[in-house]
This record gives sequence, C-alpha cells and structure tokens, in this order.
Amino acid sequence: MDLSSGPQNLNPTIYERTEERTVQASDYDNDASDEIDRREIFDLIRTINDPEHPLTLEELNVVDLDGVTIDNQANTVRVQFRPTIPHCSMATLIGLSIRAKLLYTLPSRYKVGVNIIEGAHIQENQINKQLNDKERVTAALENNHLRAVVNRCIIASDA
Amino acid sequence: MGELIEIQEFEASEDRIWCVSWNPTGTLLASCGSDKIIRLWGREGERNWVCKSSISDGHTRSIRSVAWSLCGNRLASAGFDAKVTIWERDGQDFVIQTILEGHENEVKDIAFSRSGLYLATCGRDKSVWIWEYNEDENDFACAAVLTTHTQDVKHLKWHPQKDVLASCSYDDTIKMFIEDNDDWSCACSLDSHTSTVWSCDFDATGKRLVSCSDDKTVKIWQAYEKNNREGIRSSNGIYPVWKCVCTISGYHTQTIYDVKWCPLTGLIATASGDNGIRIFREEESKQADAPPSFSLIASNTTAHLQDVNRISFHPKEPGLLASCSDDGTIKLWRIEIKSS
Repeated sequence: MDLSSGPQNLNPTIYERTEERTVQASDYDNDASDEIDRREIFDLIRTINDPEHPLTLEELNVVDLDGVTIDNQANTVRVQFRPTIPHCSMATLIGLSIRAKLLYTLPSRYKVGVNIIEGAHIQENQINKQLNDKERVTAALENNHLRAVVNRCIIASDA
Repeated sequence: MGELIEIQEFEASEDRIWCVSWNPTGTLLASCGSDKIIRLWGREGERNWVCKSSISDGHTRSIRSVAWSLCGNRLASAGFDAKVTIWERDGQDFVIQTILEGHENEVKDIAFSRSGLYLATCGRDKSVWIWEYNEDENDFACAAVLTTHTQDVKHLKWHPQKDVLASCSYDDTIKMFIEDNDDWSCACSLDSHTSTVWSCDFDATGKRLVSCSDDKTVKIWQAYEKNNREGIRSSNGIYPVWKCVCTISGYHTQTIYDVKWCPLTGLIATASGDNGIRIFREEESKQADAPPSFSLIASNTTAHLQDVNRISFHPKEPGLLASCSDDGTIKLWRIEIKSS
C-alpha cells in the first residue's frame, strides 16, 4: 500500500457529527445489564480517523448508523462502509481499521463482518474477500508497519 | 445417529490455536498458533493428556501449521515469518534440523509425502514449493516451485498412496500436482467452490477427495482414470480427472476452516467459524450408479467458544478427534455411533 503520495480526494464533503449518546440513569447502575446495541458499535467506529484527512469516518460519511447491524442471538455484527470515491486506494486500510477496532474492543463471541456498501467501490468484491479472511487480517495486523498505520487511525480517535 | 462426546479440554494458550496434528502412532499431538509456540501433548496415565514439551525458538511470528513425517521423527512448522522449520527428534526433545527459506512472505501450510521423499510448502506468495529429501546430506533441496494458483495458497494434502499433491487456494480452486520424470506439473484444477477453499482431504483409497470452503459448503470429488466408463475426458490429456459428485450445504453458518476424512471409519468431520464441529457419514446407496449422499450424524454447534480452526483424527483409535480454536483451547472428542 502506497501511503507516501498525497490524498486522492482533495476536497471531501464533510458531514455533521451525530450527537453524543444521551446518558441514562441505568448507565451508572452496575447491576443493570443490557445488550450491546448498534449505536454502541457505531460509537466505536465513527471516531476512527481517516488515513488521509484529519477527519473521522463519520465526518466523511464513510460510516453511518444505518450501516451497522447487530444480532445478539446469533452473536453477529455487520458493518457496511462507503469509501469517499469508488477508486479509493485507502478502502482496504479503512476496512482493516474498522475490523481492528472491533477486534480489540468487542467481546470475542461476536462474529464480525466488514463490507463495502454495494456498488461503492470498483474493487468491492476483492476488498470484501480480503477483509473477511481472518488469516489475511491476522497476518496484516502482525505486520509492524501496517499495524502502526492502523493504530494511528484508531488511537487518535480516542484522544 | 451418533454423538460427539467431549473427553478433555486443554487450555493451551492465551491466543488463537491455528493447528493440531497427531503424530503417526498417535502418542503425541502437536499444536501451534499465534503465541509462536509449538506444544507437544502426550498421555499421562490412562486418560489424562498433558503438555510434554513446548518449543518457542522456531518462529518470530504466528505459526500457522505443524506436520509430522511418516516416521514420526521429524516435525515441520510453517510461519507467517516466511520460514519453514524442520525439527528432528533428539531423545525426548525436538531440535532444529534445518530452516527452509524461499517463500516471500507468510507460509501457510506444509505436508510430508507418504513416500517420505518430498515435503511441500505453500503461502501467500501464491506458490507451492516441492522440496526433495536427500538422505545422505539429511537435508531438503527445492525440486519445484509451482505457480499455477493465482492467489494465496491455504492448504496442502498429499495422496495416501502416490506422490500426488492437492492444494487449496483463495482463488477458489483446488489443484492436483503430479511428478513425471522429475518434472512437476498441474494435472487438474477442481473448480466448483464459489469462494476460498480452506482445506481438503483424501479418503483412504485416494480415489475421492473432500473439500471445504468460505462458501459454507463441503464438496466430494471423484477421480476418473483414463478410459473411464463414464467417458469423462481430460482437457490436457493428464489423468485422473477430478469431478465434483456431491455438495453438502445448509449445515454451516460461517466459513468452514477444515475438513477431515477418517481413514479408519470413513466418517467426515468439519471445523467451522460458527464454533461447531459436525460429523457426516455416507449413506449406503441402493443403486450402484447413484451419486453419493452424506448425512449429518453428530454435531456440536458450540464445540468451542470461538472459530474452530483445525481438527485431526487419531490415526489408531477410531472415532477419537482433536480440535483447536481461536478461544485458545484444544479439545478431544469421541464420536459414538448408536446402531439404529
């Protein structure tokens, strides 16, 4: 992956951020137990930084709440994302960052699927296959250079 | 119907276990994974299995696979660090005999041929390497680099009687490689899966093959020799030709990572990303020409807490099965079939 060249999409459209989740009394109650919902998943990924711009995936409309589904019976989470341009060379890296963030934060019982929204990228099938091959994802995250790039996208988001 | 009974669980690692493999006599089970350690498990007393030794100086990244030579005195490991390490038995321990370098990046599988002449390796660089064993020098030399696959090669399996190699790939195909006058070539491509083929295994006769895929199906393939009575012809003049004769679908809800065809019982076992282990048995056909059909006779859909990565049938005890998972555990299972 070539990271040295300048950004491909120089003037991306910037979208509004959603409001913070309203804190409820039960959030402070240690005895209250509730299931993880899609808003919580969205909160984990919306703050991920874009690899090219000092903007979050939410501000670039790469991810939105509608693209997140969760099934707590089947323990499946599905995230669909939309690269800003259909030939975006960063699409794999963005997908990998979403996958890594969820891998590091969600309980291990969840089966996570990360996919590009249908029709949003010229190499959609190729990228989807790569992002959902756990052997390749593991190997990618073991690569020091790639892991550093992914961590920059994820870690900055929590600052 | 049958039952899959859990006999023992070992908490093997804090991390993912990628592979388990029995030695040829079934006295040791080797395991490896993301913690870069190879562990050897053996019996203590009648029932209890314990970790007999662990080897941690072989690889600098995840160890994807371990395999035994037919004599059981040699162990090979494939690492994401692009290395293949050959270990030789030295008393109770295994010591490094040699390191095979050649793959550009992640090595994903290794397999010793039944003849003892060859070792095959494969990886993300899309290549399959055949290494020839030289007894005088006690070393392996590269005999061929096969670049027929167009993507990542995931798994290798040697034919139980001949020097024929099957390889499974991210390019959705299985290829069969044969040797002719020191020349290795691709004899046949098995194209029917619609996504990554993760694993395959021959039956005891070597005339059939089972494969499993990210497309959530298991397929049974049949070899057709030259002048077969069905009149199936080879596209390149090389026989046998392999054709898909049965597809098992609708049972798995996630990727199927491994499939094994037990040479002792004829049962087929699968390991899946849906945390399950399933056992299939061939139905006796009423007509001689009827296509084969398989039914699910036992399953545990919560065999592990996470993806099941690999399974291994014990080579001597019929119905004894080992499995390993992303949850860091190894389990031993007994398949019991109730006569109906």
